[in-house]
Amino acid sequence: MAESNIAIELINVDKHFGAVHANDKVNLSVQTGTIHGIVGENGAGKSTLMSILYGFYQADSGQIKVFNKDFRAISSKQSIEAGIGMVHQHFMLVDNFTVLENVVLGSEGGALITESLSNARIELTRLAKEYGLEVELDVAVEELSVGMQQRVEILKGLYKGAKVLILDEPTGVLTPQESDELFRIFEALKNQGVTIILITHKLREIMSITDHVSVMRAGKMVAHRETSKTNPEELAELMIGRKVLLNIEKSKAKTGNPVLVAKNLEIKNEQGLKRVSDVSFEARSGEILGIAGVTGNGQGTLLKALAGILPISNGSIEIMGQTITSKNSLNPEQLRDLGVAHVPEDRQRMGMISEFTASETALLGYHKDKTINQGVWLKRALVKANCESMMEAFDVRPNNPNLMSSNFSGGNQQKLILAREFERDPDLLIIGQPTRGVDIGAIEFIRKRIIDMRDAGKAIILISVELEEIMSLSDRIVVMCDGEITGMVNGKDADEATLGMMMANALPTEEISEGVKL
Amino acid sequence: MSDIFINTVLTLDASVRVCIPLIFASMAGLFAERSGVVDIGLEGKLLMSAFIAASAAVVFGSPWIGLLAGIFASSVLAMVHGFASITYKGNQIVSGVAINILAAGLTMILSLAWFRKAGITPTLKNDQRFLSIDLPGIELMDHVPILGVIYRELISGHNILVYLAFAIVPMVWWVVFKTRFGLRLRAVGENPKAVDTAGISVESLRYKALLIGGILCGIGGVYLSTAYNAQFVKDMTAGSGFIALAALIFGKWHPYKVLAACFLFAFLDAISIRLQGIIIPGIGEIPVQLIEATPYILTIILLAGFIGKAVPPKASAQPYIKEL
Amino acid sequence: MTRERRLSWINGLLLPFLNVLTAFIATAIVFILIGVDPIKATKILIYGALGYDEGLGYTLYYATNFVFTGLAVAVAFHAGLFNIGGEGQAYVGGLGTALVALYLNPALSAWIVIPLAISGGLLFGALWAIIPAYLQAYRGSHIVITTIMFNFLASALMVYVLVNVLREVGEMSPESADFIKASWLPFVHDVFASFGYKIAKSPLNLSILVALFFSGLVWFFLWHTRWGFAIRAVGKSNDAAVYGGINPKKIIIITMCISGALAGLVGINELMGVQHRLFLNFNYGYGFGGIAVALMGRNHPVGILIAAFLFGILYQGGAELDFELQNVSRDIVVVMQGLVILFCGGLEYLYRPILIRFLAPIEATE
Repeated sequence: MAESNIAIELINVDKHFGAVHANDKVNLSVQTGTIHGIVGENGAGKSTLMSILYGFYQADSGQIKVFNKDFRAISSKQSIEAGIGMVHQHFMLVDNFTVLENVVLGSEGGALITESLSNARIELTRLAKEYGLEVELDVAVEELSVGMQQRVEILKGLYKGAKVLILDEPTGVLTPQESDELFRIFEALKNQGVTIILITHKLREIMSITDHVSVMRAGKMVAHRETSKTNPEELAELMIGRKVLLNIEKSKAKTGNPVLVAKNLEIKNEQGLKRVSDVSFEARSGEILGIAGVTGNGQGTLLKALAGILPISNGSIEIMGQTITSKNSLNPEQLRDLGVAHVPEDRQRMGMISEFTASETALLGYHKDKTINQGVWLKRALVKANCESMMEAFDVRPNNPNLMSSNFSGGNQQKLILAREFERDPDLLIIGQPTRGVDIGAIEFIRKRIIDMRDAGKAIILISVELEEIMSLSDRIVVMCDGEITGMVNGKDADEATLGMMMANALPTEEISEGVKL
Repeated sequence: MSDIFINTVLTLDASVRVCIPLIFASMAGLFAERSGVVDIGLEGKLLMSAFIAASAAVVFGSPWIGLLAGIFASSVLAMVHGFASITYKGNQIVSGVAINILAAGLTMILSLAWFRKAGITPTLKNDQRFLSIDLPGIELMDHVPILGVIYRELISGHNILVYLAFAIVPMVWWVVFKTRFGLRLRAVGENPKAVDTAGISVESLRYKALLIGGILCGIGGVYLSTAYNAQFVKDMTAGSGFIALAALIFGKWHPYKVLAACFLFAFLDAISIRLQGIIIPGIGEIPVQLIEATPYILTIILLAGFIGKAVPPKASAQPYIKEL
Repeated sequence: MTRERRLSWINGLLLPFLNVLTAFIATAIVFILIGVDPIKATKILIYGALGYDEGLGYTLYYATNFVFTGLAVAVAFHAGLFNIGGEGQAYVGGLGTALVALYLNPALSAWIVIPLAISGGLLFGALWAIIPAYLQAYRGSHIVITTIMFNFLASALMVYVLVNVLREVGEMSPESADFIKASWLPFVHDVFASFGYKIAKSPLNLSILVALFFSGLVWFFLWHTRWGFAIRAVGKSNDAAVYGGINPKKIIIITMCISGALAGLVGINELMGVQHRLFLNFNYGYGFGGIAVALMGRNHPVGILIAAFLFGILYQGGAELDFELQNVSRDIVVVMQGLVILFCGGLEYLYRPILIRFLAPIEATE
């Protein structure tokens, strides 16, 4: 490997966040003009590593070379100057600025902006043509679709003269079709000599688009491969550190009566935008109904409505004899009283209160429970005892109800939340992203508990962006795209390709209508 | 007829005078809040600057030294606010409250220590103050009906700081909407992370915005004690800083609209004094307190979204903490 | 685990202590700047506040007001709300107390009148907080701004009421008639006298018991009832509260009513306890003082009692300083308040990085 060909070289880069060792002596070298993938599980340290390269964080120790020059960034400024651009997972755009203003921000080129803006307009038009990145320049970015906003981010990097472009989980918010479009842009960039670093946890993307791949696990760089000389199985094993467990043993579902029947649901999100339209399905006791889809296609909104957090604007939900409509809504408290348990998608923001003790987090949603209240008095000793027994049952470590919730690991936090919701013996369980950011051991534990609940005759609605999770747990699968149901299949018949097509709403129309109508 | 006309002109003239500290303070607040830092310490900065300016003008015998001293005092408080809310990521409102209370206490303590009187500075002589300037051509204009009076009473006869205030507003507009600094300022108040990842320091931008605010607020305070009045008196700002904050909200953080709001609130103040004890046919006597309270009532109604909606910069009041 | 314990010790005790200490040192520097020996000033201050019966009485009397407004700010803080409107709520609360104490049948027993007059204060204080609360909860208007505005509105309203409505015919000064005797809260020195103990006269009255009672009530309410749990949940995480079946809008209204009601109790100390009539600006400075007290007391009733006592000492000792020394006035207390708010509030994290670095360094994991 000729030395002049190396765009980026990291040597023993080390970074701590508090007690967390996010990057442990990481080494990496990326060749100029290639697409280099970095894979790893959530929390493996990929984003931190790239943020160090982009000057957003500073490494505790280690050396970085960019185009063979020693490089030290105290802010993103130095990285941009060195020719590094980054497209973050959450876009770094000023919503009420136009596309043009967003691109120009930070590289105005003069103290006055009128001229910079007109210069930028010419340059952007050229770039857009060259790479097929057409975007309207005078529209506020808040009015653009997610895919378009991503283009703005790429344009931003190119406009600032990026020769190395880092993309952090770029397809997480895209449909497969938009992803293909993105990959086409990657090829165009590569042909022009731009180096691309792609961070992802999706092996399929790595296999189809990259030239080289590096694998991270628990803060360490564990392997470098040429993509053509490896395979998904090897990468998966490297990522996880042992054989992937794919299918959990489960018996055939003993499906009972419908517990929840949703008819023609229309739901608006917190901002009043319609995110779910004309959705109908039912969940029966003794089965797991999986809801699949690319993030942001209405599943989250649907979940919140089922749990009573968002009102529905049209249609109806029947839950255990009660009917919810736009005029007659039930709040989360009333739903809990009916026997609905809810494990929210966003554990940190919704499921727990990080500044509360574990026993208080274990009380969330049940603080009015008659057994722990005597008149006005909330019996805290009993609350603690209850929490201790939950921790026992779900193997939450450390087993200390007085510890702040934020001091538990992600997996233990999730187990505590599951314990809280499962232990009340609900009839319907609404579960969102049960294993997001959870370590492997806990994943296995959590999935088994979900199956146990199914076998105990509970109705379970499961929402997950991990197709693998949906496929291995669900008895029936509903697929959502753009707020609508685009497919419905039996769990055992599901294959990734068909589900992918449904997630992109790309199936021939007759097939969909067949699938949707129950 | 001509009585009403002259009265109107005089009321407008009084409004202009009351308006000045509001303009300086609200423009100061505009920079702070556009950068994402809520500044409820405007009142304290005005007060502190008024006191230090009057003290320095008396001691050194020059209003210009007073001006510099006032600007310095206000800027120091602005930097304290920055230190707490930008560098140490403290609660911006708490630190603003601290500045207001600190200024109220320090002006009392220092005046006693320096001039042996609590809450008052010696009266400024004419050469220690900013005096009214007669614009050229008053005599000529006097012959023109209506316009002559307007020119003499309303346009001419103000001190230099009044003219400066009105010149500052278009400058603020230009800086905010036409310069690189303005672009970054608006961006950092909406999404500091976007600014950070564009290689621009969020902290330095916010410090700059607060410093400009400190300077502007300082001039407002100087005006109060060395131009509008001829000494510092206890609590002489009497809520101007908060009215300026109200004007900032009422003008939706836009320089010209804020100016209009300042003038409206100043006008209400000016007529409240003139309406005292006057019985309006069919309505009766309007309580002075009601007119005095009108700016606050109007702002509350606006904030409540009953007439339009005032949406502050998205990142305001949130300290910027670097994380993914 | 040991690191966690050290961290909680740093955050819970050492940091607040250092913050208060810094505020004191900064005050000492102000003393030096104005040519006053800080040690001499402290001696005078402490003697004036605690050295004799009367001084102690005054100290506790001032502290009583600070307990009320400190609790008011703290309760709101627990719901994540910053109530800067204590000043106005105290003012209007005084009007509620006054209306009961002026117009109730003078023949009624004190056992009926006093609770009613206290309720008047609670009710009017709460009412003055309910509009900002409603606007925050249902219209999204920021409570800090609206409560500031309501302070000015309270001021305008009270001037109007005192000048145009409650002022007695022929009186020049804007104040009400005397309250009915049955509404007067007994002075502590009178209570002691009735048991045969003789202590110096001071404005200290039985409001202090009301203050202690409400401190206990707030403690029980916040940490030992389901409503307190709901309030704290909303304060820590709005989304989690909604998820937990708690309606943050309702909580905002309830919390602000409680907060306003507590601030509204200032009037019982000042009006029912001491002046026995309503007058202008009786509330002056206590609302903002309450912010300093709450911040210094870490929003906990026990901390608030301690902080309120400290501010009582400063208020009373400051008056003594005013009297004893020529070049310092009791306004030094205001400076001190500002410094406490700055160092315990705005700059509360000032020493955190240093302390964590030296006292709780990150240990190598695994």
